[in-house]
Amino acid sequence: MTKLRFSRKQLCIPYALFLILFVVFPMLMILFYAFTGEGADGGLTFTFANFADFFTSRAKLSTLLMSITIAIISTAICLIIAYPLAYILARSNLKRKNVLLMIFIMPMWINFVLRITALRELLDLVGLLGTENYLNTIIGMVYDFLPFMLLPLYTTLEKLDKSYLEAAADLGGNKFTVFTRVTFPLSMPGVISGITMVFMPSMTNYVVSDTLSNFNITILGKLIDEYFTTYDNWHMGSMISIILLVIIFLTLLATGGFKEDKSNARGANLW
Amino acid sequence: MAENKNDAMNSPSKAEKIIEIVGASKIFDDTVAVDNIDLYVRKGEFITFLGPSGCGKTTTLRMIAGFDIPTSGKILLGGKDITNLPPNKRPINTVFQRYALFPHYNIYDNVAFGLKLKKIPVTYVNAKGETYTKMQKLTRREIDEKVKNALAVVDLEGFEKRSVSTLSGGQQQRVAIARAIVNEPEILLLDEPLGALDLKMRKEMQIELKAMHKKLGITFIYVTHDQEEALTMSDTIVVMKDGQIQQIGTPTAIYNEPANAFVANFIGDSNLFNGTMVGKMSVRFCNRNFKCLDDFALHEKVDVVVRPEDIRMTDADKGMLKGEVISVVFKGVHYEITVKAGKTEVVVQSTESRNVGDVIGLDILPDGIHIMKKEFTVNRYDGYITKRNTVAFGDGEFECDVTQLYPGSLLDEEGYLVTADGEKLDLTDTDVTVEVGFTDIEISDDADAGGARGHIVSIIYKGDHYQVIVRTEENEEDFVLDTEDLWNENDFVSVKIPPEKIRLSLKQEAKQK
Repeated sequence: MTKLRFSRKQLCIPYALFLILFVVFPMLMILFYAFTGEGADGGLTFTFANFADFFTSRAKLSTLLMSITIAIISTAICLIIAYPLAYILARSNLKRKNVLLMIFIMPMWINFVLRITALRELLDLVGLLGTENYLNTIIGMVYDFLPFMLLPLYTTLEKLDKSYLEAAADLGGNKFTVFTRVTFPLSMPGVISGITMVFMPSMTNYVVSDTLSNFNITILGKLIDEYFTTYDNWHMGSMISIILLVIIFLTLLATGGFKEDKSNARGANLW
Repeated sequence: MAENKNDAMNSPSKAEKIIEIVGASKIFDDTVAVDNIDLYVRKGEFITFLGPSGCGKTTTLRMIAGFDIPTSGKILLGGKDITNLPPNKRPINTVFQRYALFPHYNIYDNVAFGLKLKKIPVTYVNAKGETYTKMQKLTRREIDEKVKNALAVVDLEGFEKRSVSTLSGGQQQRVAIARAIVNEPEILLLDEPLGALDLKMRKEMQIELKAMHKKLGITFIYVTHDQEEALTMSDTIVVMKDGQIQQIGTPTAIYNEPANAFVANFIGDSNLFNGTMVGKMSVRFCNRNFKCLDDFALHEKVDVVVRPEDIRMTDADKGMLKGEVISVVFKGVHYEITVKAGKTEVVVQSTESRNVGDVIGLDILPDGIHIMKKEFTVNRYDGYITKRNTVAFGDGEFECDVTQLYPGSLLDEEGYLVTADGEKLDLTDTDVTVEVGFTDIEISDDADAGGARGHIVSIIYKGDHYQVIVRTEENEEDFVLDTEDLWNENDFVSVKIPPEKIRLSLKQEAKQK
């Protein structure tokens, strides 16, 4: 019997194929569609018209602004709720703190549509549905993405070497200064990881906004969907996708998510 | 107890006590990390807590730093109770085992960390000419100046802007020291600070730390498991084991006069023998009487410690002991020669070498023999299991229960031991440690009644019973027993031990098989 031997290169083939088929090829397609348009004769021509169109259309720009606003507010609320929670969980001596953490993570295991529909019923019950569209959308985003903020924060804080905190106290830091000068800066990888995990989907997850605002709020994701399905305009849809991609890239750049950080490598960047 | 020992030794400085630990214990869950210790540290002293891991030395340090609060007992700083004071309120700084340098700060900010938080009283004169004091932060210039000086002390000038991750282990170590001393603490705590460095670096840092201690004049409390490090650097060494202090003393005192077998074994190399006092300043071990400088009660069982460098090699028939060289190892400066004298192995250090197989004599002078009280509550022997599943020890053979060596095991009809896992073992010649309590031994006039025979060499009346020592003829093994009957010295008796009273345990080597 002959032994099958694969070199490292050969073993990479399935992944390379996957990457080409599902990442590189679609990206090229999006790029292609974004910078082409139907010419007068019905053929495809290279054009910047979609780009110009997006940034001159009031409606599209206000959608962009709206998406960013909703995403920023949702992310901020997630951070405000998740940080103290993660901090308390990570610092507690509870033997069963993993169980406690699980309770906060568990909603992630329930079907997303079901969760949002349930939230919609709940909001209807308290009379918010149909009246407070923005509030509802933000509540939905926070409810949905909180675990994505909590987990990386918890991981970072949990792994934080206690001797840093002891050193800071030893050097004269009280509880507050130890937190502001050591704990918080050292938990930044988790904060950044959490922000990116919440901010990006908050800009595009239109199931939340549609369901909870009765289709009154249009966010960027919804706009893309409309161009592809309702208007059958793949060129504009692709252009908006690319603009979204650039925004996400810029946020990552701004938060330093691309920095090579040892503490990131240690698993703070769960995602 | 520790206090007395501390007073007894000649401390290099007679300065005031800066730290006093009074009856401090620390219990984590169910583990006693530190067990009711008393200790003081003199101002300006270089004191080292030395012991194996888990001995409580780091916990003691952490209690002084304020990271751990004692479960009971007190810690005093200059006479003031600081037991419950948080670490940031103590004039004490720590150099951590893995340095704990803040990775998000550069070297300057690491060193300046404590200074930026510090507030000092500054006296002003107002327009009316009245003076008043205000607690004020240090100015930028003052901080710069102090950081620069501290980095100069540790030889890292110009490293201010470097990031922590670009430094080597030794450099990080220095930054950690600078970060601590820049705050001008009264006490500097060092928790195994050299543990992560390579040997050469460690030696250099030892010398530098010692020099730094001299220059700064502050109290150093140092924790290490490395006995050589402790001997090199300290003014005073505190040897700890199982959360208790074993001995406090100068390096010389601890090395030359170890308080017990543990200290002797832990500090330096040593030969440890079971001995018996046979006269005034005369001790018997290795089947021979030796003159010594310590005196204990006649017939008392003692631990005898002889340092390898205190044994002299002589010609075969001129020495006090005679034996065959079984191994010679070159150690750089000296040879370590193991000699089998009778049944015991004796380790000798000498600048001269011998060949394996040589028969040589060994001399031990009285001042090389250190005698320590034996915590003696049970008879302990080296023995082995015979073919008949009895145990041979103390020049005799005794019925015993061999199944206790392996919990849940049984003996089958052929005499094999079947373990709880169903494994079949032949125990013949297995080395075991045998323990027999004093009250579990009976003696009889009938020489054939027991497993071993010997003469009674000592009878001591202990109030309600006699403590009798029976010594065998062949290898002079002793059986110590408590009895209510009166016997006479020199009676020839046999020793009986009920099989269920013989406690067996496997020797370490046997376990590994």
